[in-house]
Amino acid sequence: MSATPEDAVREAGQYDDLVKSEYEHGFVTEIESDTLPPGLDEDVIRAISQRKGEPEFMLEWRLSAYRKWLEMPTPKWASVHYPPIDFQSISYFSAPKKKEGPKSLDEVDPLLLETYEKLGIPIEEQKALAGVAVDAVFDSVSVATTFREKLAEVGVIFCSISEAMQEHPELIKKYIGSVVPATDNFYAGLNSAVFTDGTFVYVPKNTRCPMELSTYFRINTANTGQFERTLIVADEGSYVSYLEGCTAPQRDENQLHAAVVELIALDDAEIKYSTVQNWYPGDEEGRGGIYNFVTKRGDCRGARSKISWTQVETGSAITWKYPSCILRGDDSVGEFYSVAVTKGRQQADTGTKMIHLGKRTSSTIVSKGISAQHGQQSYRGLVRIAGKAEGARNHTQCDSLLIGDKCAANTFPYIEVKNPSAKMEHEATTSKISDDQLFYCRSRGLSEEDAVSMIVNGFCKEVFNELPMEFAVEAQKLLSISLEGAVG
Amino acid sequence: MLSVKGLKANVGEKEILQGLDLEVGPGEVHAIMGPNGSGKSTFAHVLSGREGYEVTDGSVTFDGADLLELEPEERARIGLFLAFQYPVELPGVNNTYFLKAALNAIRKSRGEEELDAVSFMRLMKERLKILHLDDSLLKRPVNFGFSGGEKKRNEIFQMAMLEPKLAILDETDSGLDIDALRIVADGVNALRSPERSMLVVTHYQRLLDYIQPDYVHVLAKGRIIRSGGKELALELEEKGYGWIVGEEAA
Ligand SMILES: Nc1ncnc2c1ncn2[C@@H]1O[C@H](COP(=O)(O)OP(=O)(O)OP(=O)(O)O)[C@@H](O)[C@H]1O
Ligand SMILES: [Mg+2]
Repeated sequence: MSATPEDAVREAGQYDDLVKSEYEHGFVTEIESDTLPPGLDEDVIRAISQRKGEPEFMLEWRLSAYRKWLEMPTPKWASVHYPPIDFQSISYFSAPKKKEGPKSLDEVDPLLLETYEKLGIPIEEQKALAGVAVDAVFDSVSVATTFREKLAEVGVIFCSISEAMQEHPELIKKYIGSVVPATDNFYAGLNSAVFTDGTFVYVPKNTRCPMELSTYFRINTANTGQFERTLIVADEGSYVSYLEGCTAPQRDENQLHAAVVELIALDDAEIKYSTVQNWYPGDEEGRGGIYNFVTKRGDCRGARSKISWTQVETGSAITWKYPSCILRGDDSVGEFYSVAVTKGRQQADTGTKMIHLGKRTSSTIVSKGISAQHGQQSYRGLVRIAGKAEGARNHTQCDSLLIGDKCAANTFPYIEVKNPSAKMEHEATTSKISDDQLFYCRSRGLSEEDAVSMIVNGFCKEVFNELPMEFAVEAQKLLSISLEGAVG
Repeated sequence: MLSVKGLKANVGEKEILQGLDLEVGPGEVHAIMGPNGSGKSTFAHVLSGREGYEVTDGSVTFDGADLLELEPEERARIGLFLAFQYPVELPGVNNTYFLKAALNAIRKSRGEEELDAVSFMRLMKERLKILHLDDSLLKRPVNFGFSGGEKKRNEIFQMAMLEPKLAILDETDSGLDIDALRIVADGVNALRSPERSMLVVTHYQRLLDYIQPDYVHVLAKGRIIRSGGKELALELEEKGYGWIVGEEAA
């Protein structure tokens, strides 16, 4: 905080020079949208459900979620600050106008394809690249799905959640809300009531999904909050790796994003969920950025199952998320690897929860936080060992890297151990990029920015190692872009 | 090559360099000696562009360029290299990766093609051989957890890779055992060439037995107060600095 008005002016001048990396993907595609007028009530929910052609049980589920949500208070404990959100000013449904879903890329609106080109994710290339199937979500409706057939050959279902509700209602009915119930928290409740799209994955017994599954999200139409719902079920002995990446165009109003991701791993199954997130963080004052309130939870329901969350977060004005694992099955394993960057006026309150219920369950948490400029970052990690979780173990490592002296990083570890046999390890460090380090690099011919990104990438290496190859490269690039001009 | 005229520099309120003059021609090796705190490292830092020093007077031209106008990385790119008295640790940054990035940044600025991984490895092997070094340090993070001697050797290796026109070695010999001193000195000698000048800051004649300098200068109280051939170093070894500093004061 500035001591005097003079200080404030001087600081502002300084920071003008510093915050130069404008959001690369800042543009708006003009596509006619079929949009519901802003506002939320039971009729809007009925309209959403009807437009999606959902089975009756879904409408009932939504309505009950909505009624419970009306009773819920907004979460207050996260140490982030934002103006109150007017939920009546948000439009809850927006779909690019199209009579039927496209069968191939030729049928896709060329304007959409252009958008992807601008984003540097040409689908054509993606198709060829390393067998990645892209289920591209533009606003709230899937517009292109590839590799479907190859996946179908081995029985893997990979489709939009709306399609799944029509084609696999039994699976949806069985699993939706079974990890994140509608009553879980305020944003999950809202999502349950109004979610309009998202992804569904089912990997059958003893099947290794033959490719990385990947979805690119993008928020477009003005005033459309995005409520995605992802449900991934790995049946006994199966394996799947899922990649999620996000970008958003630059705009003026803050945009709410309240997604829910549910993962279910049955006996001996493994799910790897990787996120590289690059939403618009807002301008230097934090205006216009994305509000990201996400509930991500994995349920290691079966014995010897494993769920890994790996995430690289560089965007959003506000991030509030705690990908978590419930280690229910005996000998199940939960992992959380995270890199979070906050700069400008970004605020992040992230972390994880590892809930040990089964015997000999183990969890690993590696969190790397980078703060620059006025970035504020809090890590909250909860590790709970239940009374029956005999022989459980956790290893937590929490490192913060500060760039400059106006930023902050806080660590809040919460540990609850109800079984004395638990083995818990916790390490935490805070370091700064020193002038000596920067000068050393520069004296070898490296620019200051390259020096910073090199040191930062070194700091994050343990997490990047967990990402699939092509994602790791992207993550490094993202980090460099997002830290451009962040040194002072 | 390097021409320093009447250079004055402050740290905070204190004037450390007080009118320093020095001319270094192509291919020449100059030794700079002088008491602790006389400003040798300060001089090296000012030449390489470290922040925190205020140049109040004088000029420095290097290869025709006004050195003081350039950013540290620009100085490196036109061929200046500083082997640090205290090399800095970069945890997590792989040594090989670091060197490749540095070399390519320099090449790129000169309009040369960047080296791919294969050509870079080849070059690295060749330079290791010249310096009689093994590659064990290259797989580790830059200087991280290196012993004092290992850090100094790593500096010399970087010099061999980056091929500067002017190398400033700030007490590269201190903290080295006899064998390491040999390795470093042999390395420096191997890198001597008609195009490469060196400024060797040292306290010890021992290093100058191995690296025969063309000129020896005494830096005291921020100025070069005596210059001579290599026999000056021998004289200093014998008599210390007192006599010159005394003469100067008189
Ligand atoms: N950052 C600084 N702040 C205050 N004083 C400084 C700073 N840097 C250097 N000095 C002072 O400047 C003087 C010259 O220091 P310098 O490191 O250049 O000496 P040197 O000749 O390299 O000594 P040595 O032989 O011990 O390495 C010393 O008195 C030192 O204390
Ligand atoms: Mg010194």
